[in-house]
Amino acid sequence: MTREFWINGVLALLLLAAPFIALAFGESFYVTLATRVAILALAAVGLNLALGLGGLVSFGHAAFFGIGGYAAGLLAAEGFTSMPVIWLIGAVVAGLVALATGAVSLRTSGVYFIMITLAFAQMIYYFVISWPTLGGEDGLSLALRNEFPFVNTLKPLDFFLIAYGLLLLALFIFARLRAARFGAALEGARQNETRLASLGIEVFPVRLWAFVLSAMITSVAGALYADLNRFVSPSMLSWHMSGELIVIVLLGGVGRLFGPVAGAAVFVLLEFALGGLTEHWQFFLGLILLGTVLFARGGLLALFAGKAHHG
Amino acid sequence: MSLLSLSGVKAFYGPSQVLFGVDLDAGEGQVVALLGRNGMGKTTTIRAILGLTGRRDGEISFAGMPLRKLKSYQIARLGLGLVPEGRRCFATLTVAENLTVAARPGAWALPRIYELFPRLAERKGQPARTLSGGEQQMLAIGRALATNPKLLMLDEATEGLAPVLRQEIWAVITRLKREGQSILIVDKILAELLPVTDSCVILERGRTVWAGEAGALTSELQERYLGV
Repeated sequence: MTREFWINGVLALLLLAAPFIALAFGESFYVTLATRVAILALAAVGLNLALGLGGLVSFGHAAFFGIGGYAAGLLAAEGFTSMPVIWLIGAVVAGLVALATGAVSLRTSGVYFIMITLAFAQMIYYFVISWPTLGGEDGLSLALRNEFPFVNTLKPLDFFLIAYGLLLLALFIFARLRAARFGAALEGARQNETRLASLGIEVFPVRLWAFVLSAMITSVAGALYADLNRFVSPSMLSWHMSGELIVIVLLGGVGRLFGPVAGAAVFVLLEFALGGLTEHWQFFLGLILLGTVLFARGGLLALFAGKAHHG
Repeated sequence: MSLLSLSGVKAFYGPSQVLFGVDLDAGEGQVVALLGRNGMGKTTTIRAILGLTGRRDGEISFAGMPLRKLKSYQIARLGLGLVPEGRRCFATLTVAENLTVAARPGAWALPRIYELFPRLAERKGQPARTLSGGEQQMLAIGRALATNPKLLMLDEATEGLAPVLRQEIWAVITRLKREGQSILIVDKILAELLPVTDSCVILERGRTVWAGEAGALTSELQERYLGV
């Protein structure tokens, strides 16, 4: 077992233990904080599939996060309150949008890919805020959290466990994909497209499927985020959100299995600790990101676990 | 019928023409050597076959199929396996991943490749970037074999390797030939190349200037086209 394996285990246990410890001290607020970590980590696991394994710097993942959120808000308003159904519908819609936008964007690469994914996300953002049924700039609020079989989702701990369970599932899917031939082809394409083509593998569909799967995972996180806040804000679709997801992946470690978890934890803790002191907390986040990129390429996990096996 | 046939092939990198008329025939089960001094178009010919150059003209057909309109990955799938110059494995993937990513069904399954290169079996789980040069070369050959090619193309497979390792690679090539594998090979060391070669094609300035049996390659021809 490598050091990274143990560090991953510790991270998973810490995140699981945090809400129990918080409740033991009667501080249910920290349960919400841990839930936020789990949800943002889940969204970033999705992005990590495209960005980390595929080298596809999508600056438009807020679109998929938002689609999940709006699926939760709209379906709840229509009386469909089952979480699994909402996740499924949100993921299918996000997947279809990713299929369409990916089919166009993946014909470009590098900075053009970044810009075209941003452009698509902005189109969706402006479409949503200008359509009254979707709440316009006011967003949608949910009267209650949606329902999950046998669980009272309004209890902070129960809701945390749902988010945590989904995070583990997404991490499992990520690990399996990375170990599969699909993951190897995706990484191979990042390193050298022509080399992969000369082995008889068509690069485009590999990337497209990675992009679609990535979007679907991120959309589930968006639905949970809407339920966490009982509110769907258009800011979930904004380019700031896309940027935050990229920052989380970079902070934790690009392409690392638990990179998004470490990144989301640091991001949420900084936001909480520094956000209380100054509203310009992102200045310090910027400094930390700068430090990570300059001195710990491969993110926090590289700092503690050494060089990536994949990466 | 020949497996691979090139006739009057021209190729361009951007606006500059590199191949001016390459003719080549490789029969089933044969080892064909592509010879010529540096910069005469050997690697470009191989790249042109796979559609990796820019524009290309002339007739290229493989197993009776014209390749002109096909994309690189489609050409490779017809059964062309490339061992590129300078090894070029996927650095961060492990040995096993490098092989499985290429694998297509056929006689060359992974266990058979590990049997051919026991060293790769020992280093299965290691990232390719941690292998020595010779091991990376074995991996590049193994990866091409994993695609179960009808024609294996080796571009400078022994370049920069120590004599012991070169002999290991030549032993493998000899074994592949004995098993009936068709091979197109580029190499600089004639003394090692000619014993396994059936026929030769010599390129000069992007043109085929001589083609014939390996035995007919006289020292006078070698001096004229290959001497430094």
